[in-house]
Amino acid sequence: MSEVEVDLIEGFRNPEHMKALAALIKKECTSKINIMEVCGGHTHTIMKFGLSQILPDFIEFVHGPGCPVCIMPKERIDHAIALASMPNTILATLGDMIRVPGSKTSLQKLRAEGKDIRSLYSPLDVIKIAKENPDKNVVFFAIGFETTTPMSAVLVQQAIEQNLSNIFFHINHVTVPEAVDAIMSGGDAKIDAFLGPSHVSVITGFKIYEPIAETYHTPVVVSGFEPTDVMESVLRIVRQMNEGKSVVENEYARAVSREGNLKAQELVDTYFEQREHFRWRGIGDIPMSALKLRPKFSAFDAEIVFDEILPKTELNDHKMCICGDILKGKAKPFDCKVFGKACTPSNPMGSCMVSSEGACAAYFKYGKLNLKGAKA
Amino acid sequence: MSQKKILLSHGGGGEETQNLIKDLFFKHFDNDILLRMEDAASLVMNDHKIAFTTDSFVVSPLFFKGGNIGKLAIAGTVNDLSMMGAKPRYMTCSFMIEEGFLYSHLEEIVITMRDEMAKSGVKIVAGDTKVVPKGGVDGLFINTSGIGEIMCEDISAHNLENDDVIIVSNEVGNHGACILATREEIELESNLQTDCTSLWKPVEALIDAGVKIHALRDATRGGLSAVLNEWAVTSHVCIEVDEAKIPVAKEVRGVCELLGFEPYEFANEGTMVIALPQSEVEKAVEVLKGFDETAKVAIIGKVSDLYRDKVILHTPWGSERFLEPPKGELLPRIC
Repeated sequence: MSEVEVDLIEGFRNPEHMKALAALIKKECTSKINIMEVCGGHTHTIMKFGLSQILPDFIEFVHGPGCPVCIMPKERIDHAIALASMPNTILATLGDMIRVPGSKTSLQKLRAEGKDIRSLYSPLDVIKIAKENPDKNVVFFAIGFETTTPMSAVLVQQAIEQNLSNIFFHINHVTVPEAVDAIMSGGDAKIDAFLGPSHVSVITGFKIYEPIAETYHTPVVVSGFEPTDVMESVLRIVRQMNEGKSVVENEYARAVSREGNLKAQELVDTYFEQREHFRWRGIGDIPMSALKLRPKFSAFDAEIVFDEILPKTELNDHKMCICGDILKGKAKPFDCKVFGKACTPSNPMGSCMVSSEGACAAYFKYGKLNLKGAKA
Repeated sequence: MSQKKILLSHGGGGEETQNLIKDLFFKHFDNDILLRMEDAASLVMNDHKIAFTTDSFVVSPLFFKGGNIGKLAIAGTVNDLSMMGAKPRYMTCSFMIEEGFLYSHLEEIVITMRDEMAKSGVKIVAGDTKVVPKGGVDGLFINTSGIGEIMCEDISAHNLENDDVIIVSNEVGNHGACILATREEIELESNLQTDCTSLWKPVEALIDAGVKIHALRDATRGGLSAVLNEWAVTSHVCIEVDEAKIPVAKEVRGVCELLGFEPYEFANEGTMVIALPQSEVEKAVEVLKGFDETAKVAIIGKVSDLYRDKVILHTPWGSERFLEPPKGELLPRIC
């Protein structure tokens, strides 16, 4: 049998397919549709590839709450800072979490002061760090939605199996359906349909969106992150709207099923349980929207072991910052008075500008050609 | 209030690096030669026009596919001179070595440096060696300085004109992606090699062929994006590039997609960007195709006056966006 080379990138960016999808959407879309892209990854695809520019004006994209860095409240960043400031401690976390300012400083600035803070590519590196530093406490500041939770669960499992008593977990894993429900149940969100993040559904299955589609009569299309994925998902939303339907569709059938990855779900369930309360930055408390370690693993739980050093005060964003409204889909980055002026990626005031996955960061980096008056 | 500190992002080659250079170094070292911000200083000494430059190399890991820190230390300085149209003549070299560093590794690096120097004929004529206690440096740091004889004048970031054509000499992002993929914490399996090489020979051939070059720059830290933005701002022009025409290796695209980066922001160590008048394009491309290191040359865009000081990226399906200069540390995406 001859080998067929599968191109996982170019095939999903084929200019002819893109143009054909744009033409179909233009032809079939006859009235205004507000589509919330729940995940920051989709915001980036839309902005980076300029999808709004080739879609009809009827299609309006509204950013949602799906960036794990953006939704992290300041007090929990202060937790990370307090933990990293402990003597004999290595704090490890993912991606640009280290850039986010807490009430006084950020992990990045603390690192420049000599604290041992590691930005990881894979959570499993924590095992290696713990083994190489047996005389130090290694704290993993775990963040992310359903996509990254199984990796944290594997990490807990391995720490236990390998008898590593110097690893501790500060768990900040959050869940998509509760956040979407919180936004929709508020009653003032003008959202007609959702783009569901495919990587979440690879783990959870697309069934998690069925109650949302049913309760709020909004189509949900679970979409991949390549430009043709998003374009096809938009077309499916347009067709559902035209037919008066509101069901969950799976555009990312190449990796997503209705039930998802049962083994990963079981693993998550073994080590984590729902928190009764978790305050989302800019949004406020969303009950049962986050996870924590089960009580039987409390010896690994940084929030319990180091409780006495963790600050307890709740902290809100800067008054000028409208990140909360952006995360709720009520405002766009361009609506913010400080966007691109006092608030830039180099000097962020709000969480949506801090994270490279945030809506403001995406609009700042890719979206300025859409801004009125951007022409020099 | 806590004191301002230097962060890793200040060395990333993007906006923060530019701010540090302008707000601190230029402020206190202020002179006309430095403020021209070219790859090397253009000097006149007793009627001889020379280019003078220096660079420090702190790469991790020290050995990677297609090269090592020594190859970088020679090619980097040779290329800084070449980008000024200067024939690299003499170099100095300083080694800062961590206690316990393997002699065999140092020898391998030195031999690589010797071989790389042979490509341009440059010679190391002075040097310095320091050994610092364990932890003082990460294995080995190398600094090289170089002097070259200017063979072609008036190549400058200030010279871009409306309707100039923009060329890249090779695929972009190979070095940055190769280093990232080789890092211990990622360990991606790929055949991706650095593009690290000395570019004097192709530059000399362009000069010998009489190609009129407006601007020339090796797209090192900050990558293609940093070079184009710097040129657009320095020459007060708009640069429009066609995304479909920018050569990017599949492996580089793969690394970028996996970790959430853009190939245009990745470092290159043997790929140059050229701005030149339309009339010179055909000749330049023909010359560059004659060298292995520049055989993948591609015409990627043009200079216009659409949005001054800005770079526009046109997608193959008809949308467009600004190609912003890189900012901050290169941090991988979370999910």
